[in-house]
Amino acid sequence: MTPTPAGPGRTPPYPHPVTPDLLPALTAHLKATAHTSDRTCHCPTTTLAAREDATVVRHAGTVAKAHAPDADPTELTRRLTVATRLPGTLLAPLTPAPTELRGRLVTHWPYGTPVDPDDPDAAPWEAAATLLAHMHRTPAPTAVPPMRGPAKAARAIELLRAAAPHHPAATPVLDAWSALPSWARDEAPMPDATTLCHGDFHLGQLIRHPEHDGWLLIDVDDLGTGVPEWDLARPAAWYACGLLAPDEWHRFLTAYRAAGGTAVTPDGDPWTALDVPARALTAQTAARSVTKAVAAGRPLDEVERSLVDACARMGSVSLSSPAS
Amino acid sequence: MQCPKCHAPMHTYNRNGVQIEQCSGCRGIFLDYGELESLTRLEAQWSQPAPPVPPAPQAYPAAPAPAWGAPHGGHHGHHRQKGFGRMLFSS
Repeated sequence: MTPTPAGPGRTPPYPHPVTPDLLPALTAHLKATAHTSDRTCHCPTTTLAAREDATVVRHAGTVAKAHAPDADPTELTRRLTVATRLPGTLLAPLTPAPTELRGRLVTHWPYGTPVDPDDPDAAPWEAAATLLAHMHRTPAPTAVPPMRGPAKAARAIELLRAAAPHHPAATPVLDAWSALPSWARDEAPMPDATTLCHGDFHLGQLIRHPEHDGWLLIDVDDLGTGVPEWDLARPAAWYACGLLAPDEWHRFLTAYRAAGGTAVTPDGDPWTALDVPARALTAQTAARSVTKAVAAGRPLDEVERSLVDACARMGSVSLSSPAS
Repeated sequence: MQCPKCHAPMHTYNRNGVQIEQCSGCRGIFLDYGELESLTRLEAQWSQPAPPVPPAPQAYPAAPAPAWGAPHGGHHGHHRQKGFGRMLFSS
């Protein structure tokens, strides 16, 4: 394995030691706490996610999430506080602080209906943009750590360097990454230290809940103060790489501006603001794609190649930045 | 692909982030949909570096895009059907 450069304070890349039997333990924990009565229930328990950085199970109307092995209890509690204090924007947790199970922090949430991945036309672009704009305009209700977007991108690049440094697609991705300003690579503080950001926005981060009219954002793991452009940059990157239709991008951007979002100017070309984070997220997504393809022993598919190709083109186009 | 005029093979080149096909025989150049506009925009950036070009009054649906973006703007639907579920729903 090739050693990876570790910056100051950089967390080591996954894989962390796997928590043994986390899924059955989390399932048993959730079944024991989801109902107020102690009658034996027959509700099914569903695994919603079982990744290295999160295990999520649902039982009846309750969801339990075991967070990443390196999650910090103080930071997570602050992020939960933000979720509690932004009703109508973020889904509020059922309990104000995480509990511990097998050495992992566990939080509890009401179950909500997610966006249907099989129905692209139903994706709530306007609602998503409006929620992000509201979040960006809301002063952080408590002291929160920095938004973790750049840290997540840096981790994806570290994993690519460790897993597939000699893959033909690694060079354009790593070149595109190294051309980014240091803050976007998590090697310097972000230029904005006050704006409240989600930090990991994508369509899997939206749910509907019966007690709330409309969509809500979920997942506070990467939430914090930082550069709000980051929250727009994933749809921007999808649009730039041809994965998102121009009219859907237009709807998202227009709704964000209409809701008074602060990441881009009210009109004009948004790319002066979005160029750097969209490049970073393209490189991050391309890095993850290459790492996954190598692990699975398969070639890149068409969508994955489109991300790598975009990285390759970045070298011939100089970076845009807001004239500030 | 083959040149539509002389049928010699065409080679792909990258000019400032725009993919163009040039015929190895007659040296003719083939541009896909949107590529001429991309080159024109790049030219405008070079000759007019200080203020950004003001947006056209009717910007929709030709929303601005970065020059490093996909050269085939019309192919998004093709990608989207396969990419949507996976890419748009994961970190």
